Amino acid sequence: MGEPLKRTPLYDLHRELGARLVPFAGYEMPVQYPTGILAEHAHTRTAAGLFDVSHMGQVRFTAKLGQNAAKALETLVPGDIAGLQPGQQRYTQFTNQTGGILDDLMVTSTGDHLLAVFNAACKESDLAHVQKHLAAACEIEPMFSRGLLALQGPQAAAVLARFAPQAATMKFMTGAFFVIDGARCYITRSGYTGGDGYEISTPADATDAIARKLLAAPEVKPIGLGARDSLRLEAGLCLYGHDIDTTTTPTEAGLLWSIGKERRIQGGFPGAAIIQRQIAEGAPRKRVGLLPDGKAIAREGAEIALAGKVVGKVTSGGFSPTLGRAVAMGYVERAHSANGTKVDLVVRGKPVPAEIVPMPFVKHAYYRG
Amino acid sequence: MADTKYTQEHEWIRVEGDVGTIGITQYAQEQLGDVVFVEVPQAGRTVAKGEACAVVESVKAASDIYAPVSGEVTEANAALADSPGDVNAEPMGKGWFFKIKLADKAELAGLMDDKAYDAFVKSLG
Repeated sequence: MGEPLKRTPLYDLHRELGARLVPFAGYEMPVQYPTGILAEHAHTRTAAGLFDVSHMGQVRFTAKLGQNAAKALETLVPGDIAGLQPGQQRYTQFTNQTGGILDDLMVTSTGDHLLAVFNAACKESDLAHVQKHLAAACEIEPMFSRGLLALQGPQAAAVLARFAPQAATMKFMTGAFFVIDGARCYITRSGYTGGDGYEISTPADATDAIARKLLAAPEVKPIGLGARDSLRLEAGLCLYGHDIDTTTTPTEAGLLWSIGKERRIQGGFPGAAIIQRQIAEGAPRKRVGLLPDGKAIAREGAEIALAGKVVGKVTSGGFSPTLGRAVAMGYVERAHSANGTKVDLVVRGKPVPAEIVPMPFVKHAYYRG
Repeated sequence: MADTKYTQEHEWIRVEGDVGTIGITQYAQEQLGDVVFVEVPQAGRTVAKGEACAVVESVKAASDIYAPVSGEVTEANAALADSPGDVNAEPMGKGWFFKIKLADKAELAGLMDDKAYDAFVKSLG
């Protein structure tokens, strides 16, 4: 046993709601509530779901006198951070010298600061990484005790508008400060479900009250990490440590869209030469969507074979409640990565025929105004 | 009268004559959560006690189901292909997995009865 598990500000609420709590990234987190993952998934797709993602790492960057925080952060990520207008949010990755991914993160400019959200399992190493490289240019403030609530689904906007009317007209990947229940919160229109929704950063001591207010809305139900995973899988979104890690580059992972045009040319981030070469010549392998025939589920680690020869590996796979069938994603050698390619997924030693398909599996429903 | 026995892996077997019906317990289905796929053995297959012979997939994970006794599979629950949720709804009823013709009824003696299984589940906390 390692250190005792940490708890988010919503621990008591999870217990009250009858959550099944499991260890996740050092925290005691709800994997599901009594209604179960399928019902939670469907509720998030049709109404609104509230997720506790307070275990994620929120960090504030403020430029030191005469310095530029966005330019400094760009030395560690390939995303266009300097180009962020106040209130704009962007998805990017911390890369290493070989172009691998140390973590993926969201960055929002408030005008005065940059707010970043790191993955829970990576937040301590990410913090050490930025402190090592950016301390000369930025004040770096970890805000790991703050709450982070994700309100996701087609009715999220209608619900949040009752507490923060201006939130209804925010566009996807933008953020703004709001006062909810007397507490100053930072809200972004973003999420990890592929649907419309928000992430709400709350002061630690206000998190429980705000969560209860949102859950009191008839449209809202609490959603655990189980459905969070099935929702993001349907949306074709990467899970760090599974679909992306230090051995996969943004090019291989199909995340080129998140690298600014200027930055592709100019580089200036760790592993830039390797990523630029992959952009020019093609990456050796690519992340693809996989649709298995029949009902068997190919999970992480299943081999992808073509005519009996292994050409790749599944990195995430599961049951898509929206489609009522199994879906998967994984990496295959580039020569075999075209959509429509027929492959076999090896499930419990038996080949399951599958087809390489474009992602997402379920159409994104982001609010773009 | 049918006699139901249980394994430490949370399978149940209900024996009538020399044929046992096999499934997973209420505790097992609660632990698994929503079942979305069940792979059952084909009729005619011979299985040994403790052999992995079926798979139950929940949204989160795949779990093996072990034969509580040795014998020959006589029938599998074909309805589970289209309604795997029966395992959650009625784990000891229409959510049964397969039937087996027992090779050696003496193997049943090593399994738990209702009372022993209830105590076993309680001991798991």
